[in-house]
Amino acid sequence: MIILDDIFFELSVRNVRLHFLRSLLAAVGIVIGVVAVTSIGILGANMTQSVTADLSASGNIIMLSPQSGGGGGGGFGGGGASDDDDYISQRQLAKIEKVAGTENLVIAMYSDSDKIYVGSDEGRATIYALDMNVLKNLVEVDTGDYPTSLSSVVIGPSLAERYKLKVGSRIKIGDKDKEDVTQTTVRVAGILKERGMSMDLNSDNAIIAMEKWFTNYYGGEGKYDQVNIVVADLKNIDDLEDKLDHALNYRKDEVRIMDSGSIIERISSTIGIIIAFMSAIGAISLLVAAVSIFNVMLMSVTERIKEIGILRSIGTRRSEIRRMFLYESAILGLIGSGFGALVSLLSSFVLTSVLLETTEYFFTPESLIHIPYGILIGIIICVISGVYPAWKASNMDPIEALRAD
Amino acid sequence: MKEEPVIKLENVTKIYVLPTDTVTALNNVSLEIYKGEFVAIMGQSGSGKSTLLNQIGCLDVPTSGKLYIDGNDVSLLNDDQLTDLRRDKIGYIFQQFNLIPLLNLRENVEYPLILKTKKRDTTGYPEKLLEMVGLGPSRIMHKPKEISGGQQQRVAIARALVNDPTILLCDEPTGNLDSKTSIQVMNMLKDLNNQGRTIVMVTHDEETAAFAKRQILFSDGHIIEEKFNDNS
Repeated sequence: MIILDDIFFELSVRNVRLHFLRSLLAAVGIVIGVVAVTSIGILGANMTQSVTADLSASGNIIMLSPQSGGGGGGGFGGGGASDDDDYISQRQLAKIEKVAGTENLVIAMYSDSDKIYVGSDEGRATIYALDMNVLKNLVEVDTGDYPTSLSSVVIGPSLAERYKLKVGSRIKIGDKDKEDVTQTTVRVAGILKERGMSMDLNSDNAIIAMEKWFTNYYGGEGKYDQVNIVVADLKNIDDLEDKLDHALNYRKDEVRIMDSGSIIERISSTIGIIIAFMSAIGAISLLVAAVSIFNVMLMSVTERIKEIGILRSIGTRRSEIRRMFLYESAILGLIGSGFGALVSLLSSFVLTSVLLETTEYFFTPESLIHIPYGILIGIIICVISGVYPAWKASNMDPIEALRAD
Repeated sequence: MKEEPVIKLENVTKIYVLPTDTVTALNNVSLEIYKGEFVAIMGQSGSGKSTLLNQIGCLDVPTSGKLYIDGNDVSLLNDDQLTDLRRDKIGYIFQQFNLIPLLNLRENVEYPLILKTKKRDTTGYPEKLLEMVGLGPSRIMHKPKEISGGQQQRVAIARALVNDPTILLCDEPTGNLDSKTSIQVMNMLKDLNNQGRTIVMVTHDEETAAFAKRQILFSDGHIIEEKFNDNS
């Protein structure tokens, strides 16, 4: 190694060793900075991968929703909204089915959020309604069966756990405090298997009922809140989206068309922005560390004025003096960053397992790449902090420097 | 054909500009020193003798006039070239020894050689030089602060010789030594001169100056007297 054999590197190492405690204290700042930046980076990478993996299961879905994003089914008796943009009409559904063809599965669904009552407990839940034959293709029942009568429903496992619901339990739906709302009771026919986060149907916390029951209670028959297309071949997804857009939004933007891939991208990008922001806050500690390194390096130059004078007088070039001090700051950076990398490996592992409840993605390249990044940033910050002191040292007048005590 | 001087000053003036004043440290000095000479520059404090040594040592450049070191016009050299000239042609011996505290004695001697060759010495040359100045292998791994002043000055002499310089510059080389050690060091310098080495020494001590063949007396930045010592 050329650097290790360099006399100026040797001098830098010896000076760091001579002022070990001071060097160590300066490096602590870098340790903290590197831990902050690296841990946040690793946590972000794990979060992104975890969310992406959850959502990727439904990566072949195109979601169509009314352009206004209205409440769809509306309240009891509401029968949807008067504005055509608030729902997807039968006419639009027919167009969608035509474009989708027979090879792609089209799922039209009603949805609403309402108050529910289980015994003395009350809360809110999302209520979906769709063709039960289609539902059977989407979600499996864990216990019980799919609904066979109008007032029977299937529920998600998280909802069942929260309200201690079993097959046969009864749920009252409708806000009892509202005068114009009549409550209705449904019976749990089955509890679904856990599905995780999903783009098309978040069934884990939902009640899924028959279409007839939904339109009888909320009205708005033929006015769908969302239509999903499960695309048979992922390669066709962009083409299909273009065709849908042409068919539905030719004259006016009536239907919002999104595919789950772009949503995953958007979520990942949002997480990325949040993590970048947090990293920037973490980087403030690196700035503080940079000031500390700068101070230590200036002290080192001041203490070694005489030595600089000797080195210059016996034939050491300015650039060699500069190199010696830059080596010293790089050594401080390497020590601080190396130790910081080790600490951040441990801390981010703990952080990830506590916050995300999984370390499945911890040892992936996307996650661990933040360790060398952190080391590199730490060293670069230290070297930059050493530039001015090194410049100052190299530009000293050798005669003046030799006179120093 | 007349021999070219290794050091030649032509009307060299050095003026220091201070915040409230200007000081003329060297005033129109002309001087020629030839190969193999042993010259003592003498004078009171502030007479300009150290300024002259700094000029010859290429640590500073004249305000006006010409200075040639081994034929090189220093006014035409940039900082790196001046540094290289210092490294290759000049060996410096200081009053305060000025060894590098982070390096052991062997490394102190080896250091200028590394600067010149860009690699570590594997030939044992620094050890040979240390042995020549009377420091055996048992001491060479010591740090400068672990040995006496006289021994430090011997190491400094070995360091000054390592790149086989044309000129040895000595700035009060015995100023920090007792009389016995001073004589030993001066005899060492005399031997080096007898071997053909050009030596320029600044001193205010007449006994030390007596070792030189040529004595130049400085006052107020001028040469006021010059004499040759046939008995040295």
